[in-house]
This record gives sequence, C-alpha cells and structure tokens, in this order.
Amino acid sequence: MNRHLIAASDLSRDDALLILDTAEELARISDRPIKKLPTLRGRTVVNLFFEDSTRTRISFEAAAKRLSADVINFSAKGSSVAKGESLKDTALTLEAMGADAVVIRHMASGAPHRLAGWIKGHVVNAGDGMHEHPTQALLDAFTIRRRLRGTPSGGLDGVRVTLVGDVLHSRVARSNIALLGTLGAEVTVVAPPTLLPLAVEGWPCAVSCDLDAVLPKTDVIMMLRVQQERMNAAYFPSVREYSRRYGLDVARMGALPEHAIVMHPGPMNRGVEIAAEVADSPRSTIVEQVANGVSVRMAVLYLLLGGADLGGTNE
Amino acid sequence: MHARRGTESPATGSPPDKRVLEPDEIRRALTRIAHEILERTNGAGDILLLGIPTRGVPLAQRLAERAGEFEGRTIPWGSLDITMYRDDLRLRPARALGKTELPPAGIDGRTVVLVDDVLYSGRTVRAALDALTDLGRPRAVQLAVLVDRGHRELPIRADYVGKNLPTSQREQVKVLVSEVDGEDAVLLSEHEPDEPEHKGALA
Repeated sequence: MNRHLIAASDLSRDDALLILDTAEELARISDRPIKKLPTLRGRTVVNLFFEDSTRTRISFEAAAKRLSADVINFSAKGSSVAKGESLKDTALTLEAMGADAVVIRHMASGAPHRLAGWIKGHVVNAGDGMHEHPTQALLDAFTIRRRLRGTPSGGLDGVRVTLVGDVLHSRVARSNIALLGTLGAEVTVVAPPTLLPLAVEGWPCAVSCDLDAVLPKTDVIMMLRVQQERMNAAYFPSVREYSRRYGLDVARMGALPEHAIVMHPGPMNRGVEIAAEVADSPRSTIVEQVANGVSVRMAVLYLLLGGADLGGTNE
Repeated sequence: MHARRGTESPATGSPPDKRVLEPDEIRRALTRIAHEILERTNGAGDILLLGIPTRGVPLAQRLAERAGEFEGRTIPWGSLDITMYRDDLRLRPARALGKTELPPAGIDGRTVVLVDDVLYSGRTVRAALDALTDLGRPRAVQLAVLVDRGHRELPIRADYVGKNLPTSQREQVKVLVSEVDGEDAVLLSEHEPDEPEHKGALA
C-alpha cells in the first residue's frame, strides 16, 4: 500500500483485505472495558476539515484516540482559512507543528493529492469534492462482509451490490464502485440519466434506470444521498418524482431477496431517497456502518502510521 | 525475539538446520509442563492458558488439553495478540494483527499462563503483560515456553520451560508445530537472518 490513502482505486485486493482483516481484529476493542491501545502514542493526527461533517470527523477522531494518538481538530470555519489562507500555507503550518498524519476533507477534488506533495506526513482522504471517499467504501465493504458472510474473511466475490441515486456527485459511489470491483462484487448503478456521469460506460459496473427491475437481483442495496448542496441545476423535475422512481420505500424493500441488506452512507434525507420505515428496519445497516467506521479507520491509521516509515512517494 | 520466526532456508553454503527437538521430545516436554502447571497451581482450578500468536496458540491448546485429560475436566485456553503492544513497531512496516480470543469469563481473578514457543529477549512477554493489563486483572501471571534460548534483555523469566537451549545470538531458533507448519520440530540454524520477515507489510 502507499504512504497515503487518497483513493479506493489505488488499493490492491491484498491491501484492501489487509485493512478489512485488521479492522476485524480492532473491532473487538470496542467490546472491552478499556477501549484503547498504546500503538500510536506520541503521534499526532490532524483532522483538517474544510467541509461540514459529523460522522466522518468524529469517527476519525475516535479511531485516532483509541490508538492513543494525539488529535488536533481543524475546521476551516473560524481559522485563518476564513481570512484567505491557501491550502498550501495551511499545510505547511501543520507540517511545522509536527503532524504525522493529516486527515483531510475538502470541497475540491484532488486536494488530498496536492497536500500529499507538500507535507512529509501521511495523508488520508476523508472525502474530496466529487472524487473519492475511500474510508467510507472500506467501511461499507467491511459491513457487507460481516452481514453476508458467515466468517468475515476473504473478498466479496459474487455479491450483487446495487447503488441507487446521485452517482454523478457522489464520491461515496466512486470509491465504492472501485473497491467493490477490486473485492470481486458485481456492482449495478441505478440513477436518473441526468445523475449519471458522462463516461459511466467505462466504469466497472452495470448501469440501469429501472430500480424495480434490479431489486430482485440484489444482495446489497446502497442508497446515495440526494446532494442538494452540489446541485446548482435541475437534475430531476421534483423531489417527489425522484422519490417515487428512485426512493426505497417499504414496498420496494419487500421486492428484495430475503437476505438482502439496506445501506446508506448518511446523512439521510428521510422520505426522499429512503423511507423512514426502511431506514429503521432490521435490514438497515446504517447504525452499524457508523460503528464499523471507527474500526476501519483505526485499521487505516494503524497500517499507515503504526510501522516504520520507509519513505517513498504516493505513486 | 525477532530471530525466532525464521525465514526460508539459509543461503547456499550455510550449514543445514540442526534438529534439537524431535516430535516425541516435544510431546514429552509438553506433558511434563502440563503436569508442572497442575502441580504449581494446585490442580489448575482457576487457570487460563493464553498462547501468543502464531505458534504459542497451538502449544497453549495442547497444554490445556493434556492438563485437562490428567484432571478429567476442561481447562480454558485462548490467544493473546501482542502486536499493538510491541516496542519495535516503529522499526519496520506495520504488521498484520493476530487473533485475541478469550473465554467469555475473561481473565479477571484467574491465574493466566502465557504460552509462547521461544523465550529470547523477553520483549514479547513484556508486551503480553501490557496487553493483559488492558484486558482485566488476573490473579497471577505465569509463563510457559517450549524453548528458552537465553539472551534476556529484560528482567523476565519463565515458570515452565520445555528445553533450555544455550545459543549464540547469531544463531536462529525455529519452532515448528504441526498445526501451522505440518510437523513438530525445533531447529537451530547457524546463520543470521538477513532480513526479518515482513508479515503484512504495507509498504
């Protein structure tokens, strides 16, 4: 694996399985009375968040603290960024403070990649624009493996995963399609034609515009958030129409096979892409995904920071 | 400690591995240790055997089964991974983790017998003691090893030893167990490993 985690598409199958298996061991820590390991004592992890986030930031913070790292939280609001400081200057400031790893979320695709060129520490992408969100894909794969496989080991060969919704703006979708493909799952994306990226034919997934036709052939359905904040044009006529054609309601959940699970990366728009009854049903893994997020991020931080730094570059 | 998980055969020209323990000798040593554990703990009423991965785990299982046969009851055993507690993590790439599996009753109030294949620097055992502290409060902790090869770097000693094996630090001791390696043996080789095994390296 690289020194940085920028994109799920950079991960080999072995890398991904190592992260998932490590997370599986680390998940046991949360059942213990002392939920802490001494492994990253004396190391500093900076959470550099230019975009709003609750679960990802808290999840990374909890993960770093369970490994005994020192955590510095930086949010663009109320910092010098508000005064116009550039990403590079912010990065150099963090470098001077001795950050061993920087977890970055940024509205611009590619920001983590640029950051990796400026600082000596490890860079973990916590979501960049419309590009990638690799730890979300890892925690989703971890959740699928735990729910659908008797013993949580190995890949996801043959698991049929359907992603529904705003694929165009979704970094979660991009990371998931890449990682699920690496792990051997069969991915289908379902979206209104306006919310499909231009070159989707080249992606390692099938494409459909008819959700009801795909449901019976689905082991995992992953609902994507309708990202109002990234939509500055009308991609569909109305929220009600979107919900009627692409929302997961109780009737559609009934059309899924018995064992199928329902996932959502959060935050949810209840009543838009997912009905409240579906989100709260036992088939939904939404709360589990949050808990698994901490284990997966612990694994990533441990594997990047826990051993010797042999140098090298991202490529 | 680093030297015990051996790499492949030595480079050409090195002398072949010397077999210092044969399967029968290993079986007899484990039988004796099982008896000693029972004797020292007054019938092993509250003991828990915890093997340190990789090869300590099957040894702990065998000791538990053997001691259980002698006493006519089940003796609990498990595994304790110490990777996250090692003092040499920063010296090489991050390692894959082993399994920690404890009986549901946990370790509180029990006499924990740590089981490992080779006792060398003592650093693995130091890490295991730290790991135990985070899991609970045992009544006492003891240590059983199949081979004690000397060269301690910490004030640690074993309570039960299968064989004391005087070695030089340039030598390498390798324990094979049938559950992992397909056969039981203890090998002593003359060469120094050029490159320690990078299990699960992420670089």
